[in-house]
Amino acid sequence: MTRLVGFKHEDAGAPPSYSEGYQSTRLRAPSKPLIRTPTTLTEVTGPTDGWEGLMGGAMADLTTQHAGMPQGQRIIVSGRVLDEDGRPAPNTVMEIWQANAAGRYIHIDDSWDAPHDPNFTGAGRVITDAQGRYRYVTIRPGCYPWGNHYNAWRPGHIHLSLMGPSFASRLVTQMYFPDDPLIEIDPIANAVPMPYRQRMVSRFDIETTEPNYGLGYLFDVVLRGREATPFEDDHDKDHH
Amino acid sequence: MVDNQSPEIFGQTPSQTVGPYFHYGLPWKGCADLVGVSEMGARTDLFPAENYKLNVSTAREAVIGDVIEIFGLVTDGAGTPVPDCLIEIWQADAAGIYNTTGDPRWAKSNHDGFPGYGRCATSAEGFYRFRTIMPGRVPSPDGGLQAAHIAISVFGRGMLKRLATRMYFDGGEGNDQDIVLNAVPAERRDTIIARRDEGDSWRMDIVLRGDNETAFFDI
Ligand SMILES: [Fe+2]
Repeated sequence: MTRLVGFKHEDAGAPPSYSEGYQSTRLRAPSKPLIRTPTTLTEVTGPTDGWEGLMGGAMADLTTQHAGMPQGQRIIVSGRVLDEDGRPAPNTVMEIWQANAAGRYIHIDDSWDAPHDPNFTGAGRVITDAQGRYRYVTIRPGCYPWGNHYNAWRPGHIHLSLMGPSFASRLVTQMYFPDDPLIEIDPIANAVPMPYRQRMVSRFDIETTEPNYGLGYLFDVVLRGREATPFEDDHDKDHH
Repeated sequence: MVDNQSPEIFGQTPSQTVGPYFHYGLPWKGCADLVGVSEMGARTDLFPAENYKLNVSTAREAVIGDVIEIFGLVTDGAGTPVPDCLIEIWQADAAGIYNTTGDPRWAKSNHDGFPGYGRCATSAEGFYRFRTIMPGRVPSPDGGLQAAHIAISVFGRGMLKRLATRMYFDGGEGNDQDIVLNAVPAERRDTIIARRDEGDSWRMDIVLRGDNETAFFDI
């Protein structure tokens, strides 16, 4: 007999799929309620071991990927990946992508006229240590306009993708900066109800800041936790 | 103002959209090929070559099982193809075992080169396409076996959180008894059952919104 422990469902801080202020959700959010399905081995497992052979190893410094230093404010971002019960998530991969200091992505569909930076791509990857800690170096991304509504600007943000321990714990999110007035009026950030929106706002930290090098920001990522009681995979049970 | 470090709001980090520009950050060359070496899954046409910092597909041990292709068109609520989605899959190997130490049977099993996990950025025409193997049947909490299936995540611009679903196979052994498939209202089950297209190719379209909307799960 094998005991498997399921994962908790989303908490009060999860955004809805459909959000009035974020225009493109209107055609891309499901119209029918999600179907609550039983938890099986499929949901409680995930690619926890073989990812390095697939994705490659760590790329924790986004400022040294080209011949010279990128333009912009150099920053150090560090924190922990945990679950909602405070247990660290060791050896988990966090992928990172972002715009440059002027707010421009290297993507060809980004047609804003802010300049590209020949010394900056904006893609990185870190792996958490045994305590769930990570650290990477980058430049602070600029803010950029988008077509959602008149005079719409995204707050500066770093895109993050985490695998976590299972299919159920998969998370894609964005990290924001504490002194950014655009957060208050951004439809994507504000799809998350207050005060939970603030979970995505990093904190400036002088201890993480390094003298004559870069400003430090703290950001912990909290993944879905385990359910309290195990279920047994050879035992009939209602998981609804 | 409270922030990420404030104990009073500690809890799950909220999901946000993957946005339209993930192509240079997430889908590496070969990420949609779980069998061999190729560039399937990546969209290197969307950014300059000098900005390609992701991994490249490398040879791995031979994969055991029946090689299949799975593919489908992703459309939105207006029926328009979606060219900027990211699809991810997670599935068991041919023996029905997941490639992770988190599967209690993993330690005692023989491992081939099958990763079990893949990604695919949709094409300019809105299609996803993976080369993989037909998954084996995985134990079910009811004591039997689940029907062969592949877990799917859908991410995209305009999607504030991952949409989770599964792919089953038309005529698959155990489809009738599968506890997850049976949790889906009967009239919607067809939306998550792939049909044989040509040869070993299986098609399941993904409809994000609308009358024939794909059955998405609260897992
Ligand atoms: Fe962005």
